[in-house]
Amino acid sequence: MSGTVLEQHVRQSLRRARRWHPAELAFWLLAAASFALFPTRFLILNEIAILALFALSLDLILGYAGIVSLGHAAFLGMGAYSAGLLAKYVTADPLAGLAFGMATSALLGLLTSPLVLRGTDLTRLMITLGVALILYEVANSLAWLTGGADGLQGITMAPIFGTFDFDIFGRTAYLYSLLVLFILFLIARRIVNSPFGLSLRGIRDNQLRAAASGVPVPWRLAAIYALSAAYAGAAGALLAQTTQFVSLDVFDFHRSADLMLVLIIGGAGYLYGGLIGAIAFKFLQDAIATFTPQYWMFWIGLFLVLFVLGGRELIHGAIKALVARFPERGASS
Amino acid sequence: MLTILFDGIAYGMVLFVLACGLSVTMGLMNFVNLAHGAFAMLGGYVTVLLMQRLGLPFLASLPAAFLAAALAGIVLERLVYRPMYAKSHLDQVMFSIGLVFMAVAGTDWLLGSSQQIIQLPRWLQGRFYVLGVGIGYYRLFVIGICGLLAVALQWGFAKTRFGSRLRAAVDDARVARGLGIPVNRLFALTFALGSGLAGLGGALGIELMGLDPTFPLKFMIYFLIVVTVGGTSTITGPFLAAMLLGVADVMGKYLVPQAGAFIIYALMVILLLLRPEGLFARART
Repeated sequence: MSGTVLEQHVRQSLRRARRWHPAELAFWLLAAASFALFPTRFLILNEIAILALFALSLDLILGYAGIVSLGHAAFLGMGAYSAGLLAKYVTADPLAGLAFGMATSALLGLLTSPLVLRGTDLTRLMITLGVALILYEVANSLAWLTGGADGLQGITMAPIFGTFDFDIFGRTAYLYSLLVLFILFLIARRIVNSPFGLSLRGIRDNQLRAAASGVPVPWRLAAIYALSAAYAGAAGALLAQTTQFVSLDVFDFHRSADLMLVLIIGGAGYLYGGLIGAIAFKFLQDAIATFTPQYWMFWIGLFLVLFVLGGRELIHGAIKALVARFPERGASS
Repeated sequence: MLTILFDGIAYGMVLFVLACGLSVTMGLMNFVNLAHGAFAMLGGYVTVLLMQRLGLPFLASLPAAFLAAALAGIVLERLVYRPMYAKSHLDQVMFSIGLVFMAVAGTDWLLGSSQQIIQLPRWLQGRFYVLGVGIGYYRLFVIGICGLLAVALQWGFAKTRFGSRLRAAVDDARVARGLGIPVNRLFALTFALGSGLAGLGGALGIELMGLDPTFPLKFMIYFLIVVTVGGTSTITGPFLAAMLLGVADVMGKYLVPQAGAFIIYALMVILLLLRPEGLFARART
């Protein structure tokens, strides 16, 4: 008897979590409005959308399943090279490239998930880092396929749906990236607020207890890892398609480190962290790059140190306060 | 072939001196310090600057490298590292990567991004042949120093009072603290010693590994391999791991240069898969 009551209670709370908060609507309206507001800044907006998608993908495993990773660039690069190579040799259709990039990355994620599932946090950090480094070396040595250190050149994309051509100002590119981000975000939002997402959070909080209450821990973790890899692959594919160029840089360690900073800025475990973090990160980068382009690395390091030492709560407090300003809809608890 | 082996051993020896401090601090405080390479870089640059600007001989600048890095270790441990011990591994990793980035960019700004070279004294240059095996004087020198250091460390770790306290603290810091062992001070000392050794290793390694501002990033993965493969509870574990890594890396680069660093990373992933606790780690009860 109490079992069914509990189940109803859980279902109800999940349904409540699926409801849209006014602040969320405002966020996406603003994102759509940015298209009209900053008609000269499409290139950076496009970068933000891609970085946000990449951060969203890390948030799925870090914030919801508690898997730490220092090598998420592996999937970004996999998606980028897959999409780039498909466009160069097979078909120039962007959506096919996107699907292909996601598929190869998901496959890579699935294959490497047994490596990541075992051991402590430290071993995980090491192995994810190692996998990304291995892929970097592989891409570097397969110069006949990937162009090696020169990068993959000569990618031309066909118009999306055969009508929307990629223009030089990045209008189509930004719209495309933003739409992909939005759709994938909707899917992620639905997934984390499903019983599956709930079981992931259970695993994150106490793996032993989750296993004891019947959650198939390894399978769940492998599933979310592959999903996260697919998201990162989508980000990589977007990157390759909108810049029409792929370089070894996509596998580089600093990509993974930057990504961590993005999530640290925005906060993990509520999906918007990656998006807000990506916006803040890019503006920060843009601002610093205007007065000292060469030593950007120093400042990123300083920000990392300060954030970890205690500045983090400041930003998250500000975000929470902002959200609290919006009137609550209905009588949710 | 044996020449390559010899070079690999010299390389592994330097790696050991570089990384052994990291393995102890990691075991003692369960603290992941990716910025360890920054101390090594500091030692390297101190040596370069002393030799180039002040004209000090190579041998005199080695202790200076040790002292400078140890001093930096003490100061940083007091000021910024201490609040990090209680935080999660992820926070520690982010924090120390931040330090690495700052060190890399800061060095670049101060001293430029070019590769640094030093002029070795004449008696360390060149090589001689024993039974057809080419042996570089400098590499022999490095093996001698690092070998002595390894023996001294092993002795200190196993036989002295400091060493037994340290081992007790690594095994279980809470119990050790309860028995009246000053774990925090012990740790500060060990941290300084480890940083100093890293500085010395950085100075010794200029000739073998090169030195430029990206040193901490380039070799971070090597240190981590040594520590994770060697385990954190002994001196011999990291030593053997460093040897293995050094020989494998040098051989890989000589024999299959097109594979690049691939061999090392693959080796690490395989080792970690087979023995997630480290290759030579004792089974924890």
